[in-house]
Amino acid sequence: MTSVRVLVGTRKGAFILSSDGARSSWNVAGPYFEGWEMYHVKGSPVDPQRIYASQSSGWFGQIIQRSDDGGVTWSPVGNGFTYDGVPGTHQWYDGTPHPWEFARVWHLEPSLRDPDTVFAGVEDAALFKSVDAGENWTELSGLREHGSGPFWQPGAGGMCLHTIVESPRDPSRLFVAISAAGAFRTDDAGESWKPINRGLRSVGIPDEDADVGHCVHRIALHPANPDVLYMQKHWDVMRTDDAGESWHEVSGDLPTDFGFVIDVHAHEPETVYVVPITSDSVHFPPEGKLRVYRSRTGGHEWEPLSRGLPQSHCYVDVLRDAMAVDSLDECGVYFGTTGGQVYASRDSGDSWEAIVHDLPAVLSVEVQTLA
Amino acid sequence: MIRVVLPAHLSLLMGRHGEVLLEVAEPVTPRRLLDALEETYPVLRGTIRDRVTQQRRPFIRFFACEEDLSHDSPDAPLPGAVIRGDQPFYVVGAMAGG
Repeated sequence: MTSVRVLVGTRKGAFILSSDGARSSWNVAGPYFEGWEMYHVKGSPVDPQRIYASQSSGWFGQIIQRSDDGGVTWSPVGNGFTYDGVPGTHQWYDGTPHPWEFARVWHLEPSLRDPDTVFAGVEDAALFKSVDAGENWTELSGLREHGSGPFWQPGAGGMCLHTIVESPRDPSRLFVAISAAGAFRTDDAGESWKPINRGLRSVGIPDEDADVGHCVHRIALHPANPDVLYMQKHWDVMRTDDAGESWHEVSGDLPTDFGFVIDVHAHEPETVYVVPITSDSVHFPPEGKLRVYRSRTGGHEWEPLSRGLPQSHCYVDVLRDAMAVDSLDECGVYFGTTGGQVYASRDSGDSWEAIVHDLPAVLSVEVQTLA
Repeated sequence: MIRVVLPAHLSLLMGRHGEVLLEVAEPVTPRRLLDALEETYPVLRGTIRDRVTQQRRPFIRFFACEEDLSHDSPDAPLPGAVIRGDQPFYVVGAMAGG
């Protein structure tokens, strides 16, 4: 019997929403780790009962939790995130050198191939890897030390490594994105890295098309075509067809090309979803209307999807890790808002309903499709 | 036995509520108390002190006997009332926000 589990991280705890394959009736479990910021909760694609969660607090620091039974019980695992060597400095908001300091784990990416291997993207920006199910963490310091690190600068939310995408074709290839440094790729399992930002243009940095310094918000790909990546940048929706060697803009007829989330349909590699947000200073949807936009052409041409979504007086935001898709025959699409709603569509975005209305502000949404 | 009172977030993490009772060898100092606490509850490593520097985290405070001991040396002896168990040692998440 197919079922779906939606893993929700919020400002004040984690929640697990579950349904059978019909996706019409949902059970809400939680809060787990109440009172803690849950930046990200994600299950292993290899072993869905294995779930990792990032639990953090400005007071008490970082904890990593692991469940081996689908989220019924949890155990704290390792939280030793120590930078390799002397980490040096990056740029502060005012351009002065600032020491690298660990703050929190923004994103956990369980490996596509091994349930005990998991990557962690952290603030201040760095990539860590565990090969023992989260007990011990080692920095893949080739990223931070590849050369441009001293010039990275924090975005408004901090200097975070927030996106990790493992190539489904090549186990040695990883993509990451950092605010506000840009996108990077390794082809040797994290030993060496290169910026992949050619084609990005960012007003507001001294050199609009610099190699690094771009505020990338999110990257997504479809497993069937891992050289094609879609990017929601601070402004602009971008696409690459050559694994990041060059990008071109596909914002097309979007009402605004600012936003945070981007994701790809489970079965249609050219069907892409974004949620336009008014601007970098106005973090709510244009006209107070919450609309997902879908392109079935890999960008450029976008259609608003609003059925079931609030179309007046809606002033929520949808943060970068808060959209996911399931892999049922009729693809389900899910996203969470800073207003505490988690919306679901079981028809590829044509219509929506709120699974829950009043959670704490949603930081992340991930979906597991269970056989 | 040394009595230690922890904030709710850490009690949740430890999976227990109420005061923690610890055996701490003399001389009883904040460092030795926290070493014993982390030895008993490894999940607390990094939550009160930085894992690497062992410095108190910025929004953590240590109170005892109606005094703020946060800025005292971690190797200074704790008050006799704490050592005797008459008074608890408080680990406090500093109040912040509105």
